Amino acid sequence: MSEPIITFERVNKWFGAYHALRDVDLTVGRGERIVVCGPSGSGKSTLIRCINRLEEHEAGRLVVDGVELTDDVKAVERIRREVGMVFQQFNLFPHLTVLENVTLAPTQVLRLPLAEAESRAREQLARVHIADQAAKYPGQLSGGQQQRVAIARALCMKPRIMLFDEPTSALDPEMVKEVLDAMLELAGAGMTMVVVTHEMGFARSVADRVVFMDQGRILEDRPPADFFSRPEHERARDFLAKVLPR
Amino acid sequence: MTGPGAPTDLAARPRPPRAGGAWRWARRNLLGSPASVLATVVALAAAAAVLPRALRWLVLDAVWRADYQACRALEHRAACWGMIAEKHRLILFGRYPHESQWRPALATALVVAALLVTAHPRAWRRWLLPLWCGVLAAFLLLMRGGLLGLAPVEPGSWGGLPLTVLLTLVGMTASIPLGVALALGRRSSLPTVRVVATSYIELTRGVPLITVLFVASFVFPLVLPSWMALDALGRTALAITLFQAAYLAEVVRGGLQALPRGQAEAAASLGLSWWSAQRRVVLPQALVLVIPAFVNSLLSTFMDTSLVTVVSMYDLTGALRLALGDPQWRAFFVEAYLFVGAIYLVSCLALSRYSHWLEGRLGRWTRREASGA
Repeated sequence: MSEPIITFERVNKWFGAYHALRDVDLTVGRGERIVVCGPSGSGKSTLIRCINRLEEHEAGRLVVDGVELTDDVKAVERIRREVGMVFQQFNLFPHLTVLENVTLAPTQVLRLPLAEAESRAREQLARVHIADQAAKYPGQLSGGQQQRVAIARALCMKPRIMLFDEPTSALDPEMVKEVLDAMLELAGAGMTMVVVTHEMGFARSVADRVVFMDQGRILEDRPPADFFSRPEHERARDFLAKVLPR
Repeated sequence: MTGPGAPTDLAARPRPPRAGGAWRWARRNLLGSPASVLATVVALAAAAAVLPRALRWLVLDAVWRADYQACRALEHRAACWGMIAEKHRLILFGRYPHESQWRPALATALVVAALLVTAHPRAWRRWLLPLWCGVLAAFLLLMRGGLLGLAPVEPGSWGGLPLTVLLTLVGMTASIPLGVALALGRRSSLPTVRVVATSYIELTRGVPLITVLFVASFVFPLVLPSWMALDALGRTALAITLFQAAYLAEVVRGGLQALPRGQAEAAASLGLSWWSAQRRVVLPQALVLVIPAFVNSLLSTFMDTSLVTVVSMYDLTGALRLALGDPQWRAFFVEAYLFVGAIYLVSCLALSRYSHWLEGRLGRWTRREASGA
């Protein structure tokens, strides 16, 4: 494996009395593409939301890009600059145009001059094939277009890691492909990616490893070929039987 | 693909024209059911009974000259607008020296003009701050005098419309930043900040404005150090500001809670600091959401200024009572109250229409989203 960029060491997390992550150990190498899957409530989203500290882990160590995540607000803001995230519900800023959505963080966080931020933004919007929509408001776009804008918005910070939290789950079926295509292009460019998804076709063609979770534990962490042909755990076999096309 | 993002290959066919016109509209909307027929008939009958009499009382038979004998001869069968002709300067400007009343008139006009300029979002630029500082300075200079050959007039003699306008304006503008800060404080993750903000809001909302005004007038001067001394007008403006901020805080909090959590999370995930996220992402959306409730507060502040009479300040309603002190004209108090009521009504209606327009303009993105994919 290449040098590790994300390391979970016996990470635990609770919501009230609910044990959401149990002794999670996971290492992601630079440039690796990890797909996280599992039944709903298994802790997938919690796992990747810990990586940029949208959720705080409560026991264990979590190191991202050489920085251990703690209560240090400045360290967390620094990590978030390096880690882009794409959400299931897009979470675009509806009061800003597409271009303003994408330039907000570069101007506010990196303090880039507006002209430079805009040229960077147009570059990223072109990369996800949506440059012609720059002047519109998010509400004027289709779901697939909104999600591609969200990808461009994250990429505009030139992150080293991209997190995807069920990026296609809120989309109409005919729009899933355009978002997956944008993610495929990104994978082709060597980005480190952690993707929570039920798109097993994407996992098969892109992932270096598939992580299968159940009840807050990681049950399997193996290359996709192994995982799909010979899942070790009964839970994983059940899950695959439900999500794979027959 | 559907939705506004989709390419449109098919040109829309024009909608067929509606048949029937006014009669069809009336049949559907006024005479649609027996209950609707009844309501229409009753409403028409009431209007027929009231409107001609109101018109006669208010306009046709009314006396418009400040002629006391003519007014008495009416025996209240019609309005005596002569009362207003006689007393309007007292009602509008209170005890301000009669020969200098062009000064409060000009000062109020300046503020109204500045408000009109400020009303359009296109004017929301940095130069508004110096503009308002200038307007406020000019207002105080005109009112107070003592410079440029203007005779000095103590704030104790200010009254009527300028006082109402000044207290509303200062109370409202100063309470906005305080209210927003309190709302953010109440939702803060820092316990000290949260406790301070919450206690302030709950304590202030727990007492009536009249009490706050009394405390500001009579207790502040006793307990505050002399360098913090404010005159009666300053103390009253401060009291209204502090009181109003507690209510605004809750209005703003409502807007903050209405935003999906994903907005703040998306801002955080991009590396925006908490302050940047609030300023650029959360507040711009939350504040547009609360415009209706916000205008509610503004209108009630405008009305609440009439409570300052309890601390011997004569705002519009206070000056009205001064005017009714004249035993001769006192009989025509209804006309005087109608006059003052009309001033409030026109101002409030204008504000309400404006806020509707502003809501539509600033919230354009919400409408687009509603029609979105």
